[in-house]
Amino acid sequence: MEQFVFTHNVKIALVILYSFIFLLLAIVKIAQWTTKKDLDNIWIRIKSFLLICVFFTAAFCFNKIVAFLFLMLISYLCLKEFLSLIPTRKTDRKVLLWAYWSIPVSYYIVYIHWATLFYLFIPLYMFILISVRMVMSSNTEGFLKNLAVIQYGLMTTVYALGYLGMTAIIPMQYNPKGGAIGLLFYILILTVSNDFIQMFCGKALGKHKIIPKVSPNKTWEGFIGGVIGTTILSVVMAYFLTPFTLLQSIFAGAVLAVFGFFGDVTMSAIKRDMGVKDTSSLIPGHGGILDRLDSLLFTAPLFFHYFAYINTIVFTRG
Amino acid sequence: MFYDFLKYITFTFLIKPFIYLVFGVNVSGADNLPKINKGASIIVANHNSHFDTLILMCLFSGSQILKIHPVAAADYFCNTAIKKFIFTKLLGIIPLSRKVKKATEEELFKDINEPLRKGQTIIIYPEGTRGTDNTLSKFKSGVAHIARMNPDIPVVPCYINGPDRILPKGSFLWVPFIADVYISEPVYYDNTSTKDFTARIQSAVEKLKDEHKRREEL
Repeated sequence: MEQFVFTHNVKIALVILYSFIFLLLAIVKIAQWTTKKDLDNIWIRIKSFLLICVFFTAAFCFNKIVAFLFLMLISYLCLKEFLSLIPTRKTDRKVLLWAYWSIPVSYYIVYIHWATLFYLFIPLYMFILISVRMVMSSNTEGFLKNLAVIQYGLMTTVYALGYLGMTAIIPMQYNPKGGAIGLLFYILILTVSNDFIQMFCGKALGKHKIIPKVSPNKTWEGFIGGVIGTTILSVVMAYFLTPFTLLQSIFAGAVLAVFGFFGDVTMSAIKRDMGVKDTSSLIPGHGGILDRLDSLLFTAPLFFHYFAYINTIVFTRG
Repeated sequence: MFYDFLKYITFTFLIKPFIYLVFGVNVSGADNLPKINKGASIIVANHNSHFDTLILMCLFSGSQILKIHPVAAADYFCNTAIKKFIFTKLLGIIPLSRKVKKATEEELFKDINEPLRKGQTIIIYPEGTRGTDNTLSKFKSGVAHIARMNPDIPVVPCYINGPDRILPKGSFLWVPFIADVYISEPVYYDNTSTKDFTARIQSAVEKLKDEHKRREEL
């Protein structure tokens, strides 16, 4: 069975990541003892984050099939959260089932390295299929709206997240330092730390709100802090895990920070539109899985195409 | 004993992973969940889908599941031998005949009162049947009679949102959605009339429904 290559650099990066998380946990525990403040919320958040990291690492340590089943599960949970969030019509039940079935199909296409079909499957073929199935239920009331909402759900939760799978199948020769795992690690950690740095800077320095109507906690200070912090982290990580030059890694970090922010506020806007705070209560301290992955919805595809632009990747099936 | 083991295994390894992973449950008011091991209680809820029962039962951890018995229509769930085995042994339902027969009150409610007095918990849907389009129809007075006969047993009103999208009445297709369960504080029979008590639990469930609506319109 085909397995992922963990290069020396990736192994060291993983050790640093886990040491960092345990260090954070220790700091929180000590702070809780000394200051007697209630830090349970932060404690639960870090613990959940640790659990997510363990799941991710374990899935990719095993083999390619397990990793892809894991990614499918994530897409499934996200799509389910999205569809539970929005009002759906009773006549669309079969349409929704078709939407769910696009997940295994989409990931299978990635699994067999058929990149061009993956690029088209959700945006074109599912676009057609969902319309066909919805017409067959012959309910025209709210037709366009529901069609658009389901397509949007597929684009974000299946197509955008599918780019994690696409990143995972990038051949070793394009990134000898870190391999596909190095790139996945790079993008996941940058996206997550961007959220964290933005929140941290926003809480510490934040005064000027960017879009108070969508997300009252987002400030210019947090945003700029996020961009600077993420870019620095990107340069450091890119040196060990990617083939990027200094300029390329600065650009990658800035793009991930900016579009991570937009992914985040886009999901906030959707949640506000639907009148909920969290998409679900799946991850203790974080809300739903969609709340946690919202930044990744924009960064994953952008990063993949940026990497493909720099390296002109050729997949076996084209 | 053997069937208890079977029920425990079915829930722990089959139904719970399925409900939580394939569908997912958001619970609000989990503190109000009755402590099953400390004594009997009567759980009442709105009813739109067969999944209502499974979702409610999955809220309870570990061996608590053995002490929960949904009350269900005998003519629907026990009309064939296989169905009877699955529903009475694996899920532990209390089959209730919907045919009205002439009998004393004690005889009529025997099947429900006996487990309650042994400290078992029952789930009952006062609407009497599954509704459509997530509407709440008028509660029937059966629960109030049970509560009157067992005044020290708490009645816990719940509102479930979502199963009507997963599997509505009349459909066979399961579509994954996350369900929301709202649990209210327990109420006790207060020596008024069964009519008043029925209205009281109905208003408690309606209040939970409004809570859900408010959250949607936030």
